[in-house]
Amino acid sequence: MQTTSSPSSSSSLQQHEEMRNLSHIKNVLDDNSLTFSEKIISIKNVETYNKKSTTISRSGDIVVVDVNLAMAQDSTGPLAIRSLNEMGIDSLHNPSEALLVIDHTFPAADEKVANLHAMMREFASKHNCMLVEGSISHQHILEYLAAPGMMILGADSHTCQAGCVGAFASGIGSTEVAAVWATGQLWLRVPETIKINISGIFNKGVFARDMILDYIGKIGEDGANYKALEWKFSNEDIRNQFSMDSRACISNASMECGVKISVFPVDVITRKYLDENPRINNNSSDNPNMKQIEIHPGNSAEYLDEFEIECDKLVPYVSGPDHIDIVHSVEELENVEIDQAFIGSSTNGRIEDLEVAARILKGRKVHKNTRCVVTPASVRVYEEAIRRGYVETYLEAGAVFTNATCGACVGTHLGALGDNEICISSSSRNFIGRMGALSSKVYLASPATVTASAIEGKIADPRRYL
Amino acid sequence: MSEEPVIIPSISKGKAWVFGDNINTDIIIPFRFKSRTNDPYEMAKYAMYGFDPDFHKKISKGDIIIAGRNFGGGSSREQAPVALKYAGISAVVAESFARIFYRNAYTIGLPALEIPEIKGKINQGDELKIDITKFVVENTRTNETFRGREVPQFLRQMLLGGGLVEYYKKYKQFPWIQTQNSLGKS
Repeated sequence: MQTTSSPSSSSSLQQHEEMRNLSHIKNVLDDNSLTFSEKIISIKNVETYNKKSTTISRSGDIVVVDVNLAMAQDSTGPLAIRSLNEMGIDSLHNPSEALLVIDHTFPAADEKVANLHAMMREFASKHNCMLVEGSISHQHILEYLAAPGMMILGADSHTCQAGCVGAFASGIGSTEVAAVWATGQLWLRVPETIKINISGIFNKGVFARDMILDYIGKIGEDGANYKALEWKFSNEDIRNQFSMDSRACISNASMECGVKISVFPVDVITRKYLDENPRINNNSSDNPNMKQIEIHPGNSAEYLDEFEIECDKLVPYVSGPDHIDIVHSVEELENVEIDQAFIGSSTNGRIEDLEVAARILKGRKVHKNTRCVVTPASVRVYEEAIRRGYVETYLEAGAVFTNATCGACVGTHLGALGDNEICISSSSRNFIGRMGALSSKVYLASPATVTASAIEGKIADPRRYL
Repeated sequence: MSEEPVIIPSISKGKAWVFGDNINTDIIIPFRFKSRTNDPYEMAKYAMYGFDPDFHKKISKGDIIIAGRNFGGGSSREQAPVALKYAGISAVVAESFARIFYRNAYTIGLPALEIPEIKGKINQGDELKIDITKFVVENTRTNETFRGREVPQFLRQMLLGGGLVEYYKKYKQFPWIQTQNSLGKS
């Protein structure tokens, strides 16, 4: 191999490399036999440092990929920092692709948490990487960073939420995030894919959350373990009922059946959302990494399974207690008395969720034996709730409105449960002890069902209030 | 933070602790405990808290967890396998693992062997021997041996090296770098 330091020949080598990459990307995008995961991993696949692979990756392959964003939050970041320190790694591959978020216990609930937060701030300042405080990471990534075709990994299982804009987004561990921060790369196994065809129009009182709860009830809590979910709309009317907030809810909640990713097609709703919410890390240029790129699965791609969902056949559902895949229609559980109703979390703490809660609470009161806690998913959602007057409605109804945080969802502050208490929640999980005491019980439902229940002091059908 | 790292030897012996399906990460270590410390020995005090808050006192060094389907589902918390390892558990053998727990177990150097046929073959308290160079578990009561599902070579090397951090300290590179593209088929 010719070795020369002449700038012209190194730049022509670079041009050659870029041409090769672009032609590979075109081949991948045009290949009708590939799923979304196979396409994006074929594009992100690397041979060695700084050299893109031109091979096609298929389900089951294990490869190393370039990562465009790696995130850790306040319950996983300190361990990532510890691992980096132990490895003696003192510089990050690309600080602008490293994100730290203080969201789970924000503001700090006690001194132990405060000290871990301080450690994260110090790290972010030293390395000049992104630091966000007081918005849930997944919502912040959706509002400002995620874009179609990005490879996003995070030390938080619900990182898969960013599949709602057509990104490959998946949860990993803290030390793996440390490795990505150090190198910009990580190994991945190309997942098999389940394709889900959505038809039908939702009836009154039925929402995206009901759809995903019903799906998980059918396939079980490990029904899509290691798998990719690809959602597909049967026509434009079906598509139009899935706002970006609804898609985010579904991609996020898909984690509860074990998914690696849960991805929506990029369509007019995605493009409108991205136009209205500009990315602050816009890398759409002619960068050969092609960080923003619409990837559509091929028509003849091979799926492990296909599943049909008819939205018009769905009703409001309630999951739990203790297991996500125990799912009943709300009617079967009406009259279960509750101590707390929680509307929030990255699964259902967006403006669409706060809107339905305000609509139901307007002119009504929270039941005297029930606490109702409303927690927005981000600062932006918080501000919008104030602007639209929802906060006034909550306070008049006797609900509590908190800052944006994970809070009650992880039983750490702002709504933890005591012994034998029962909560109905729009949050992500109902595992034993998830929101507090081991003897407490959590039921999961849509924000509408949670709000109706807050008014009645027992699990209640939201259709009476809409 | 100057505690010695725990490195699991290639051959371990211990008693079986038998669990059912869907032991999730909130059972293995609840959020409110794992989010308040960065010390693995402190995390170990809450290992399997959701099953029994005194679990860490009842086990002996080298004991092995036997579980059903989907061990470690839920959160991405690396503290889950860390708490088990630092509490003294030398391996988890399960019919299947949740995806992120499985990655994390190899990353932090806790042997996680997927063996679907283990179901019903091991009783609570059975004496087990596990050899991670051969990927086999032996039940000394019945003399039966079970082989774990193959994993890519680089993951095996990382596990034998004590996990990613220890591997990196020794070789100054990440184990998947040497052989990238492709690392194999699973």
